[in-house]
Amino acid sequence: MPQQPDWIICEHCDSVYHRRPLARGEAARCIRCDAVIERSRRFNVEQLFALTLAAAIMFIFANAFPIMHISLQGLSNEATLWESVQALAQGRITLIALVAGLAIIFAPLFQILLLGWVLGYAYVGEIAPGFRACMRALEHLRPWSMLEVCLLGILVAIIKLAGMLNVSPGIGLWAMAMLTVLIILIAGRDIRYLWDDLKVPIA
Amino acid sequence: MSKPPYARELKVCLCHICGFACPQDAHECPRCFSPVHVRKTNSLARTWAFLIASIIFYVPANTLPVMYTSMFSGGSENTIMSGVIEFWQHGSWDIAILIFIASVAVPCMKFCVLGTLLITCQRRSCWAMRERAKLYRFVEVIGYWSMLDVLVVAVVAALVQFRALSTIEPRLGILFFGLVVVMTMLSAMSFDPRLIWDAEVNDVE
Repeated sequence: MPQQPDWIICEHCDSVYHRRPLARGEAARCIRCDAVIERSRRFNVEQLFALTLAAAIMFIFANAFPIMHISLQGLSNEATLWESVQALAQGRITLIALVAGLAIIFAPLFQILLLGWVLGYAYVGEIAPGFRACMRALEHLRPWSMLEVCLLGILVAIIKLAGMLNVSPGIGLWAMAMLTVLIILIAGRDIRYLWDDLKVPIA
Repeated sequence: MSKPPYARELKVCLCHICGFACPQDAHECPRCFSPVHVRKTNSLARTWAFLIASIIFYVPANTLPVMYTSMFSGGSENTIMSGVIEFWQHGSWDIAILIFIASVAVPCMKFCVLGTLLITCQRRSCWAMRERAKLYRFVEVIGYWSMLDVLVVAVVAALVQFRALSTIEPRLGILFFGLVVVMTMLSAMSFDPRLIWDAEVNDVE
């Protein structure tokens, strides 16, 4: 069976097109359903790898330092991301702590680890061991990574508490804000270009 | 302008993981080895199942309290709507609107949109296909923002822990609310937007 690697299929309506090289900043749209079928790539492998390393460092800061401090009548308290997840793990509602933990800690963590692994090898022009499994896992993780929602949630929490007590943001919050931007940049669809870049063999 | 051909007319089908054009009779993608299907398996039945489950969970999510606040002397339990109203009354109308959109408007919109898509697809309707396709993509994008309230409760409950003076604890409602979000996300993921376009032709199983 001859393969047609230059075909691109719209995932929303199954229309088939011939792939055309895109200039920087261009996006190809499906003429049947108007979905974006391909975007020009923003970053090459070196840039993606560098951003992934930056994200790894930011992830450590975001999780090691408290995201917020509060104080009330001489008492003070602070919380990290992990403590926020733990606060939900109470008795019957523990299940939701798992969902929240996946959304704001584990999904981004695995995204960074897998991207680091795959891109580290791609940087030297090799296909990483377990490349296919990593790429599949990355595709499945993407919808469950919700750092941007968490960031907005923390801002809402700040406003909610600001009326009752003194609230100040911690180092963790700034790191998380940067991590959110980095994850959006690296965990998008750009990574799919690796299949072509590395000329992954077709069975 | 002539329309592009459908994948099945060229005897190929799309791999959702790596975007490869696989031969139509393949069971797994020759490039990334993940299973490929011409259409997502049992798309309509699964989408209905998750959608109905999420609508059922939506009732306790709104009637049960999501948060227990004890401040100084008195304690009070908040549901999602009472939280919105409290923000509104304290003058933070912008935050009230934000939470209302994320926790009430978005889930309700998802119920309506997914329900409409399912019914029109089952009736093989050719009505407003382009718009319905856009509607589906919109639902996919906004879906996870509903997790906002869950994360707000998590952060607030982790912070406010002054034993005697004041504490905030999560309550059962937040579990159901989180499940609503997860179920609607799964529902949107199991829906296959290509079913919208299958109404144009008759020979797709």
